[in-house]
Amino acid sequence: MKEHGSGTGTYILVCAALLVLTVITVAVSYVHLGTMNVVVALLIASVKASLVALFFMHLRYESGLVWGFALTPLFFLVLIIAGTLSDTLFR
Amino acid sequence: MMSGPGAHEKAGIAAHEASHMDPATAREAATLGIWTFLATEVLLFGGLFTAYVIFRIRYPEMFYEDHLKLNRVLGAVNTVVLICSSLTVALGIAAIRRGKVGLLRLYLFLTLLLAGTFLGIKYVEYTEKFHHGLHPGTDIFFSLYFALTGLHGIHVLAGMVVLGTVLFLAGRGKYSEGYHTPVEISGLYWHFVDLVWIYLFPLLYLVG
Repeated sequence: MKEHGSGTGTYILVCAALLVLTVITVAVSYVHLGTMNVVVALLIASVKASLVALFFMHLRYESGLVWGFALTPLFFLVLIIAGTLSDTLFR
Repeated sequence: MMSGPGAHEKAGIAAHEASHMDPATAREAATLGIWTFLATEVLLFGGLFTAYVIFRIRYPEMFYEDHLKLNRVLGAVNTVVLICSSLTVALGIAAIRRGKVGLLRLYLFLTLLLAGTFLGIKYVEYTEKFHHGLHPGTDIFFSLYFALTGLHGIHVLAGMVVLGTVLFLAGRGKYSEGYHTPVEISGLYWHFVDLVWIYLFPLLYLVG
């Protein structure tokens, strides 16, 4: 049976991927893409965040219940931002 | 309501001394507990992120002009520092899962060193900003910059206290291959601090 969690090799690979993505996001920030700059930056940040959550925070090996606890606040975060915007954008 | 004495006798005194639950249940309860706490943290930062979104839409020129005043290189270096500190925590947990206490202590020590480096660089950045007359009261961008990075900095400091305590307790022989839940829980908190920075760095330094 596979041990719960990842091994040292996996962690180092994930870390390397995070560092490469950091270099990419900094490099892209020097190129003017207009609104796409924000989209690319947030996309890369979300890939990085997913890597941290899945591997470093072991979410990959956790039960559905833990996933529920981890993802629920994101729903409320979207709710707060979207709810506030629906007010400030249309007054 | 009182529970029947029979059930308690059956549970056994030995089990009662160690924990009120079996280890697997205790571990899952602790995991759910920290994720619940992290949910409140998401919403704590969420309020400030909401303010960021609203004012960025309202004052795009100000955000663009001001974000150029931040030190992109130092921000990137700090991102690397925090990512490395997440790695050392993860490696420390992998070590104690194999029962290697010495290795856990080494990795925790390295983590504290990296966390200290992060705060040191943050201090240099703040000093530089103040030197150029950029204060939390300068405008809404710098208000948000100092509020977000300041709140995050407090979290780094809190994480150092937590991990320092774990390091101390590891030295007292509290953790082993069979029992290391507090190490895992503290690690989750530290990774969350890294996670927040992963979003703060591009939003403040890169796209303003």
